[in-house]
Amino acid sequence: MSLLEIKNLTVAFDTSAGLFKAVDGIDISVERREVLAIVGESGSGKSVAMLACMGLLPKTATVTADVMRFDGRDLLTMSDAERRKIIGKDIAMIFQEPIASLNPCFTVGFQIAEVLEKHLGLSGRAAHARSVELLNQVGIRDAEDKLKAFPHQMSGGQCQRVMIAMAIACNPTLLIADEPTTALDVTIQKQILDLLVTLQEKTGMGLIMITHDMGVVAETADRVVVQYKGHKMEEADVLSLFENPQSNYTRALLSALPENAVGDRLPTVSDMLFEAAPGVR
Amino acid sequence: MTTPVLQVRDLKRDYVTGGGLFRPAKVLHAVKGVSFTLEKGKTLAVVGESGCGKSTLARMITLIDPATSGEILIDGIPANATHVTRELRQKVQIVFQNPYGSLNPRQKVGDVLAEPLLLNTNLSAAERRDKAMAMLIKVGLQPEHFNRYPHMFSGGQRQRIAIARALMLNPSFLVLDEPVSALDLSVQAQILNLLKDLQDEFGLTYVFISHDLSVVRYIADEVMVMYFGDVVEHGTRDQVFSDPRHEYTKTLFAATPRADVEHIRARIARKKAMA
Repeated sequence: MSLLEIKNLTVAFDTSAGLFKAVDGIDISVERREVLAIVGESGSGKSVAMLACMGLLPKTATVTADVMRFDGRDLLTMSDAERRKIIGKDIAMIFQEPIASLNPCFTVGFQIAEVLEKHLGLSGRAAHARSVELLNQVGIRDAEDKLKAFPHQMSGGQCQRVMIAMAIACNPTLLIADEPTTALDVTIQKQILDLLVTLQEKTGMGLIMITHDMGVVAETADRVVVQYKGHKMEEADVLSLFENPQSNYTRALLSALPENAVGDRLPTVSDMLFEAAPGVR
Repeated sequence: MTTPVLQVRDLKRDYVTGGGLFRPAKVLHAVKGVSFTLEKGKTLAVVGESGCGKSTLARMITLIDPATSGEILIDGIPANATHVTRELRQKVQIVFQNPYGSLNPRQKVGDVLAEPLLLNTNLSAAERRDKAMAMLIKVGLQPEHFNRYPHMFSGGQRQRIAIARALMLNPSFLVLDEPVSALDLSVQAQILNLLKDLQDEFGLTYVFISHDLSVVRYIADEVMVMYFGDVVEHGTRDQVFSDPRHEYTKTLFAATPRADVEHIRARIARKKAMA
């Protein structure tokens, strides 16, 4: 049984210009101990699909799916209260902008303790001890001091580490990382990716990496889903995707990488896509 | 010998932070003595992580912020940010990282493009409009975009507008401060192509600020690596990429994600061995 199983997911937004389908009939499944990367450009619906299964979309969104199951439990029929028990505990998420996703008004320690209290009922000393342990786990030195720091007193990389600490606080079985390193420098990006992969290997959780960076995919993923304008273009294990991409879009995306430049100009996705890509609007 | 487009000698910039009635001020040396020369038609890439002073350097050579000390010569003319003449302003222009923030949301694209001419030249309104229209088409947009507002464009299109605006005055050199970091991969490729096309056509000189080594490798002739306000490495692209000397440059290369098949195969083999 898959850890997360989604079949025929469609997310439509009610806009002034009519119904807009951000995600159109996508199947995604993740196993335990697996790193799945979802790749696509902005507007490809990669984040929306994940937000939909966490129930975090605004009311203007209509979510339909044939199957949406997490660990055997049906996410579609679940009440909001039940869903809240799972989200943040068994399914955790890390967002793109670490500095924006922490509350600037509270210390880091308070925000980690809040998670521990809500989901595990820890408080006081126990929560403090666990917070220190978590910060050590994500590689923050002098954790005791850092618990008293406010988000603005820390660097972007440190904030992302705190976000990861909060996400893994309840030992989730599935971690969804939405562009976890896009706002960070390459050297910090490397550290954060290494950290995520190490944690994933150690705990055996499923990890979904949402990214637009083919380099990040190459460095982390086991399996890859390529999305474009709400459609799934391709699904393959990481090696065959890079070695022998099946869809035109994937091929275009790979050839647009500057390191793959042959000659003077880069081929762009639109050059290649208009030639043959049925099924894409 | 021709005069280099840009000469920078021992450029420094300090920021004074904090301090108050009872606390002494702290001095932060953001750029600690940078010198280089840039010839016409070349691209110099400045690489480094956030906080290394690369954007501060960009703002100084664009004459936005004054330098604490040091000398900037543009086409052999000494420049000083506290007093920028029209002539100097025409020689240097900048494109910023975030195309969503660098365009005035209440100004139509045509006006955005004509503004540098209005401020720095004595051209008539009709001439300004013609030039703006020509430039709009040159950067790959359509004539009907002339009267639209920035919010009606995508990120890549906005970056084209920002590049067009920077080119309106036929500058000697263009400073590009992370021009493609906010863009998707496919759009990034389009903008990089556009920059190369424009460089070939106008013989432009670029100072290209970036933290993405794969982009730098593609576009640069010379590479300068900065670390905590110092230049730790400076050479031609091939020198720096094939034989990095400084420890930090090596770290930077090691940290850059690699998307080649061999690398993925090695990673998977390593993972299998661990399990």
